[in-house]
Amino acid sequence: MSEPVIDLTGVIKEFGKDVVTRVLHGVDMRVDPGEFVALVGPSGSGKSTLLNILGLLDRPTEGSVRVMGRETTELDEAERTAVRGDALGFVFQFHHLISALSAVQNVILPLGIARGRMQASLRERGVKGLDEVGLADRADERITRLSGGQQQRVAIARALVKRPPLLLADEPTGNLDTETADDVFRLLRRKSREQNIACVLVTHDPGLAERCDRIIRLVDGRVADVRPGQRAAAERAEADRDPPADERS
Amino acid sequence: MPTALFMALQFIREGRTQSGLISAAVGMGVAVIVFLSALISGLQEDLLAKTLGTQAHVTLRRPEEQPRPLWASVGSATTLTRTEQTAQRQRGITGWQQTIASIDRADGVEAVSPIVSGAAFVLRGSVSKSVNLIGVQPERYASVIDVPSRLLQGRMVQGGTEAAIGVTLAEDLGLELGSKLRVQAAGGRAELLTVVGVFDMGNKDVNRRWVLTPLRAGQTLLDQVGAVSQIDIRIPDPFAANTVAVMLAGRTGLETESWMQTNAQLLTALRSQSSSSTMIQVFVILSVTIGIASVLVVSVVQKRRQIGILRAMGSSRAEIAKIFVLQGALLGILGSVIGVGLGAGMATVFTRAALDPQGQPLIPMSLDAELMLTASLVAIATGLVAAALPALRAARLDPADAIRHE
Repeated sequence: MSEPVIDLTGVIKEFGKDVVTRVLHGVDMRVDPGEFVALVGPSGSGKSTLLNILGLLDRPTEGSVRVMGRETTELDEAERTAVRGDALGFVFQFHHLISALSAVQNVILPLGIARGRMQASLRERGVKGLDEVGLADRADERITRLSGGQQQRVAIARALVKRPPLLLADEPTGNLDTETADDVFRLLRRKSREQNIACVLVTHDPGLAERCDRIIRLVDGRVADVRPGQRAAAERAEADRDPPADERS
Repeated sequence: MPTALFMALQFIREGRTQSGLISAAVGMGVAVIVFLSALISGLQEDLLAKTLGTQAHVTLRRPEEQPRPLWASVGSATTLTRTEQTAQRQRGITGWQQTIASIDRADGVEAVSPIVSGAAFVLRGSVSKSVNLIGVQPERYASVIDVPSRLLQGRMVQGGTEAAIGVTLAEDLGLELGSKLRVQAAGGRAELLTVVGVFDMGNKDVNRRWVLTPLRAGQTLLDQVGAVSQIDIRIPDPFAANTVAVMLAGRTGLETESWMQTNAQLLTALRSQSSSSTMIQVFVILSVTIGIASVLVVSVVQKRRQIGILRAMGSSRAEIAKIFVLQGALLGILGSVIGVGLGAGMATVFTRAALDPQGQPLIPMSLDAELMLTASLVAIATGLVAAALPALRAARLDPADAIRHE
C-alpha cells in the first residue's frame, strides 16, 4: 500500500483562551495518492477548520498531521510555508485570484513564489496550464473580465501548476450555477485522475459528494461515517472518457 | 524580476488612482523641500557673500595696551589702587613680515593680507569727507577682499600715490579717473593721491568711506612706517573662522577676531532662518510619511484575502512584508521624481520672474545636484519608513483568517 498523501491522527482543535471551544474532537483521516474525497457535514461541523489544518494554514491543538509522510505539527512557520508551497494546491469558493494580475500571471504565481522571481520563461507553463483548463486564449485577460466559471478554472490551473500531490478545494462550485459547477467538478475529477493528484473537496452538495471516491461526513467535530460515493465508479469511467476541457469551452 | 517587486508594481498599478494621488502628495512635499532649501540657502549664500565681500574671515591685531598699577601689595599689607584705562594709541604690528611668513604656511589659511588703516579726511575744494584710508599690498589684498572684480572703472592701485575709491565717494566729490584728491590723516600728515580706480562693493558705507592706497603710501600717511595695523586672513571654510582665529592667536600672540564674532547677530538670524526652514521640512516629511502609511494601511486591509492566498501558495511573512516595503519605496521614488522636477521648476521660474531693476534675480536660488539627490533620498527613505507599519501588519496576518475574511 502506498504512503498516504496526508494522514491525520487524533486531531483536536480548540479555539479561545478563557472560554475554550473544541471544534474538532480527535479526527483521524487519511487520503491516498489520486484519491478523490468529499468532506461533508452541516454548517459548524468543523469542515473548514479541518481543511485549514490539512492545508497547514492552522495548527491542531493536539494530534498528528503527516504530509507525504512528514510530521508537520512540530515544524516552524517557515518550514510549514515551504511544505505548503511544495505539496499543496488550493481552490476556494471565491477563487481568490489576485485581481491585479492577468490569468496567466495568476497561474504562474506559485512558481514565481517558489523561485523568488517572475521569469518570462514561466509564461509558457502558465499558458499550458490554462490550455489544460480550456482558457489558453484568455491568458492575458484581466481576472475581472472573466466569468465566475472561468475564474474558477484559472484558480484550478493555478492550484495544479506545481503538480502538487494534494489539492484542497473548499466548495469550489458553491458560487457557480449548476451547469458551470458540473463543468468545474468534472475538470477537477479529470485532473485528479490524469495527474494522480489526491483531492479533498469540501461540499454542501450531496450529488457532488456521491460522485467522489469516498465521503467523509463530519458531525460536531467528529467523523460520523466514511463510505464510498455511490456514483464514484460511473464518474471515474466518465472522467476517463471526458474530452479535454478546451474542446468544450 | 523578483516576485516581491513584481507584486508591488502590480499592486501600485492596480490602485493607480491612489498611487497617483499619494505620489503627487510626496512630490509636493519633495518640491517644498527642494524649493525652500534652494531659497534659504540662496538667500544665506547671498547674504554671506555680501557680508564677507568687504570683510576678512579673521583679523589679527596687536593686543590692546593694558594699564599697569604702579603699586603692588607687599606681604600682608593691603594697597588700595585705582586703575584707569589708558587711551589706546595707534600702535601697529611690527615685524609683520615674519608673522605673515609664518601664517602663510599655516593649515586652513587661504590668503593673508597685511593692511594699514586709519581715519582720514578727503579734501576737494571746500568739501571735506571723512574716510577710512586703507593701505594695502594689492595682490595680497585682492585675494582676501576681491576688489578687482568690483571695479567699475580703472584698475586696482599698484604703487606710488595711487588711490582706488568707492563709487559713492567719487560721486559725492565729483571725482573720476585721473582726478587728484588730497588726503589728510588724523595725525596731520597729508598727501595728494591720484584716482586710478572706482569700485562698487555693494555696501553703501564702504562705497562712501573706503580709500585704498598702496601699503607704503598708507603707512606714511598714517604715521605707521614699517608697521601694519592689522593682518587680514581668508580661509576656505568661512564657518571655521572661530577655530582658525584661536589657532592663529596661539601661533602669533596677536589678538584675533573672526567675522563670526563681529557678525554674531547675523549668524543668529541665519541660524534661526535655518531652524525654521528645518522645522517646516520636518513637518512636510512627517505628513508625507503619514500619507504614504495611511494609503498602504488601507491597501493591506483591502488586500487581506489576496495576502492570505499568497501565504497559502507559499509566500513567507518576509516576502509579504517586502511587497509592501517595496510599494513604499516605489511611491517614494515616483514622488521624488515628480517633486525634484516640480521644485526645480518652481525655483527656476521664481528666479527668472522676480528680478531687480538691473535685471538680476531678486532672490538668488541655490539649486544643486546634492540638494536634489538629498531630497530624493529623503523621499525614498520616507516611503520605506512609512511602509514599515503596514508591511508588518500584512506579514502578521494569519493566512487562515485572511482567506476567510469577506
